[in-house]
Formats: sequence, structure tokens, C-alpha cells
Amino acid sequence: MKLLIIEDDAAAAAYLEKAFREVGHMADLAANGLDGYALASDGGYDVVVVDRMLPKMDGLSLIHALREQKIETPILILSALGQVDDRVKGLRAGADDYLAKPYAFSELLARVEVLARRRGTASSTEETSYQIGGLELNRLSHRVTRDGQEIELQPREFRLLEYLMRHGGQVVTRTMLLENVWDYHFDPQTNVIDVHISRLRSKIDKGFETPLLHTVRGAGYSIRDSAR
Amino acid sequence: MTALGKLFRTTAFKLSMAYLVIFVLFASAILGYVAFNMRRLLDEQVSLTIEEDVKGLVTQFNSGGLRRLVAQIERRASQPGSSLYLVTTPTGETLAGNISGIDQEGLLDAGRYQLFYRVLEDGDAKPHRALVDTIVLPGGFRLLVGRDLSETDRFRGVIRSAIGWSILLVLMMAVAGGVFVARRVLGRIDAMTAPTRSIKAGDFSGRLAVSGTNDELDRLAQNLNAMLDRIAELMAGLREVSDNIAHDLKTPLTRLRNSAEEALRTATDTEEYRLTLENVIDEADQLIRTFNALLMIARAESGNATEGMAAFDAADVARDVAELYEPLAEEAHVTMHVTLPEKLPLYGSRELIGQALANLLDNAIKYAARDESVSEKAEISIGAVATGTGIELSVSDNGPGIPEADRARVVERFVRLEGSRSRPGSGLGLSLASAVARLHGGTLRLEDHAPGLRVVLAIPKRGIGS
Repeated sequence: MKLLIIEDDAAAAAYLEKAFREVGHMADLAANGLDGYALASDGGYDVVVVDRMLPKMDGLSLIHALREQKIETPILILSALGQVDDRVKGLRAGADDYLAKPYAFSELLARVEVLARRRGTASSTEETSYQIGGLELNRLSHRVTRDGQEIELQPREFRLLEYLMRHGGQVVTRTMLLENVWDYHFDPQTNVIDVHISRLRSKIDKGFETPLLHTVRGAGYSIRDSAR
Repeated sequence: MTALGKLFRTTAFKLSMAYLVIFVLFASAILGYVAFNMRRLLDEQVSLTIEEDVKGLVTQFNSGGLRRLVAQIERRASQPGSSLYLVTTPTGETLAGNISGIDQEGLLDAGRYQLFYRVLEDGDAKPHRALVDTIVLPGGFRLLVGRDLSETDRFRGVIRSAIGWSILLVLMMAVAGGVFVARRVLGRIDAMTAPTRSIKAGDFSGRLAVSGTNDELDRLAQNLNAMLDRIAELMAGLREVSDNIAHDLKTPLTRLRNSAEEALRTATDTEEYRLTLENVIDEADQLIRTFNALLMIARAESGNATEGMAAFDAADVARDVAELYEPLAEEAHVTMHVTLPEKLPLYGSRELIGQALANLLDNAIKYAARDESVSEKAEISIGAVATGTGIELSVSDNGPGIPEADRARVVERFVRLEGSRSRPGSGLGLSLASAVARLHGGTLRLEDHAPGLRVVLAIPKRGIGS
């Protein structure tokens, strides 16, 4: 995956570049809005990570300009401004995701990977069913089975599993789940998401030999067929 | 600066100077106008008298000749306060009259003019000014009729000195008034300056004196005092908050630093380092969470988060949040009762209301939770009702509750009652909920749930659908 990181703090940029390299992603750096705009205009990136407050051209204007040019590269805003309305402004400008500083790298990585994947599979043609291991989720009939065995899920559990399976093999974080399954952007003070996951896990993994719903330490959760 | 110098610089002084100038100008204009008209009137009177005299004498001359004229003049001239008369031959020799010492040559010219003369009986008296009319009679005789002008001159002098005196009087009064007003205002403003100086120096207890007359200066002093009260209040709040921030952020920072230091000193293998680092990250995350909550409260309190407001269903939000926390409650062996209406429209920030409810539920679960050995089951409930004026979202628990005396205090930032410090939490949950309530124009009420606590988030309907 090839990334463009537009960030004026050299130390933060270097840290990101190194961290992405360690997990096997290439990242180009731009230290100001204009350079970033020039690089991003060429396209060719899977995801652009933009700081909001940049010299020469601020993040929101940059995103606006790119979208005007019909450059649809997924963009993630990384900003110290993390309140609800800041986020709304960012997304309205045309960004695909918004992450407040300070952040955990695992959170950023998970979000960037999800964005890159979304680009890979044209989002307009969402699949009607997902299949991982023996687990199958049908979005039309709202049925979940594992190895042909019917699994009863509450509506929210269904949406939780649906989100996990849509990003099967990828790591999704707790905040991503809260944002996408519950549509809230606050930080729950306690492990509310964990409890939901463990409930879901007891329904889809209990009694089966290979667990599918994995906890990724320090990051979040992932549904994958570990047998593969 | 001298007191006088200070006086010259005051607005009151400048104002009274301006009034003074205007007053003097007006006074002089009015007096001047009166004097001018008086003089004109007097002059006209004099001319008229002379004309009448001349007309009478010419009639006498025409009917009785020179002899009659001379007799008439001698008769008239002998009366006290009479006009001035003179009849001369064509060569200038005096035939009759009561004046002398005039330029006889001048009499050759007919017409009206002013001249200086001496009264015949006075002899050497100083010359008087007079307005005269000279006509040439048939046969070349000259007749001069005039009126002494010294009376007019005296009158003019009186007016002139009246103008002078009144201007002087006005000047003196204006200066005295200006000085009085300036000193009075200056004194009161000086009295105001003293406390502001001490406030500037850091003593915030001083207040401006209010004289009780309710004039502009009083109102200014009252407003400034109110402003000072508000500032003092804010400063006290700020100090308290910063003290609390110092405490509640420094504690985890110290823990964080200590564990890092300890690992450096004692850890021997990678696994130990790893554990410490994970611990450090956890502490850092907790700190970030606290910071975020603080920022959010600040943002909510500054009241400019209205951008994200829209119409939404509060019952839906309550249902979502209840459902989000339900597994957590179950895990803590707390039974959750949900009593919500089908729909509860509200105008506001869905995110913030959701977060406030989440905080309240989180608290409720935390404080209701107990050992399973306790006979009474732990129970919490979330409810919502539409009241006449708005909606009320409530979260209750049957935990230890909060004594009435402490209820107002726990809403403040970071306040955690004794015995709750050991439980996890930032101490910001209730403050945040309260800030959210205020942002929506509502209140957060803490009530006795007997046993336990009932927290009510009351949001007025104002703005629904707008």
C-alpha cells in the first residue's frame, strides 16, 4: 500500500513513515499543504493522511481542492481538533475519516487499511453476503450460519458481525466499531465494546474448534480464518 | 503633575471652557445688538428734534424775517436743556445763538454733520460734541440748529461698561463653575482609580465606591463592580480547576513516569520492558481521555458547540445507549430497566446527549454494582418523559447514593467523593453531563432515589423543529 502523509511536524511525520514501513507500507512525506497538494494531485496513492493545520495551505482547503479535481483517493484527517463539530467539518470537506491526535498507531493503521481496502473494492457494489471460515452472513435474509448451523443474533450483534466481516482479515478498533455500528463518536470510558464482542464471540465461536473472532492486542478485533 | 495641570486636562474643565466661550460670545452679541439699536434710536431722536426745530425756525423766518428769527432763537436758547442755535451773516458774524468756539468757516457749508463746540456762557469749558444741521436762509444768512451729543455718549459709555462687567462676571462664574464641577468629578473619578490600582496590583477584593445618587458615574461604578465580581468568580473557578487539573493529571503522570523509571532501573528482560511500556501506554491513554473530557466540557460550557445541533429522537438515543451498556451491566450483575416512550423529539446535539447519557449509565453501573452476597439486587434504570416544557432523561441506581449536602459539589469538575476515589473514573462524568445540559439550556438534577441516586437531565423544548 502506498501512502501520502502531509504533516508539518517533521518528528511526527518521520515516526509515521517509519511505523508504516515496519508494517510493510510505503509512505511519501509532504511538509506543507502545497507540496502535499501537488503530490496528491498526481494520484497514485492508496490513502492520503492529512494534518488539518498545515503551512501554506490548510488541510481542509487541500481536501476541497482535491475533491474539486475529482481525485477520489481516500483521505484521513489527523488533527488535534477532535471535537464533534471539528469532525463534522472535516468530513463535510470531503475527507473519508477523521482521527484526533493524540492517537494510537494501531488505530491509524486499522483505519488506513480499511480505507485502502474500500478503494480496492468499489463501494457501490457491496456484497450481499460475507463468508469467512465456515461463517456466513447474508445481508439480505439477515441470516448467520456457521458450518450450516443457524446462529441467532440480536439486530445490533448482526450489525457488529456484519461490520467485522466486511473488513474480514483486517483489524477494526473499538472506536471504529462504536462509530460504525452505533454511530457515536465519543470515547466510552469503560470496556463497553469488549463486552459486546465477548457476547458475539460466545455465539459464533463457542462450540467450534477454531475461533474466528480474534482479539488483536493493543489494537482491536479481527475476524479471520486462522486455519488458512 | 500639579493639581492645576490635572484640572486643565479634565474633560469637565474643557467642557466648561467651551461653554464659557460660547456664553461670552452670546452675551456680547446680545448686548452689542441692544446697544447698537439704542444708539440708532437716540440718533434718530436727535435728528428728528433738529429737523422739527429747523422747520419751526424757517417758518418763523419766512413770516417774520430775520428779526423774528433772532428773537425766537434767543427765547429758545434761554430755556434749560435747549438745543444749540446759531445765526450768522453770510460772512460768518454771529447774530444770535448759544454756542461758540466752532469753526465759523464750516458754517458756510450747508448740511448735516458733527462738530465740537463750546457753550457760550461756560467760556473756557471743554468742547462738546454735537450733531448740527446748517441751512442757508434767503439773503445768505446761515442758520445752525444742533443737539448736544454728550448724553448719548454717556449712555453709550454705560452700555459699554455694562458689557464689560457682564462679560467679566460671566467669565468668573464660568471659571468657578468649571473648577467646581471638575474638582467634584475629578474627585469621584480619583476615588474610582484607587481601587482599580489595587486590583491591578493583584488584590481583587477592592470595589469602586457607589455614592447612591444613581447618576452616570454610579451606574458605571456598579457595572464595573459587577464585572469585577464576575471576573473574580471566573478566576476562582479557574484556580480551582487548575488546582484540580494539577492534581488529577499529575497523579497519573507521576505514576507513568515512575513505572518508566522503575523499568529502566530494574527490568532485566524484554518481557518486563514490554509490560512496563504497555502499562505506560495505558496510563497515557487514560490521560488523553481525561484531557478530551476536559476539552469537551470547556467547549460545551463556552456555548459555541451549537453547530452540530439538529432535530433528533432522544428516545432513540437513550435506547441506543442503554443497549450499548446493557452487556456491561449484565456482566456486573446489575439489572437494567429501560422505560422509554416510542418517540421523544428534541433539538440539540445527538452526540453530546448520547455521551452525557453514557456517562450517567457508566456511573450508575459502577455505583450500583455490589457483591453477589448482598441480598438486595443491584438495579439501574433509564427513563425518559416529555414534560410540559421539555423532556427529562433520567438514570437511577440503587447504590450508595450521594448525601444531599454533596450533590451540588459532585457536579464540579474532578470532584469525587471520599470512598469513590478508589474506583476507576476521571471524576468528569457528571460535570460533562451538566455542561451538556447547560449547553442545551437545561439543567442536571441530582435526586434521592431512596436508596441510590437519580440523575435527571432536563432539556427544555425550546428550539424543537427550528
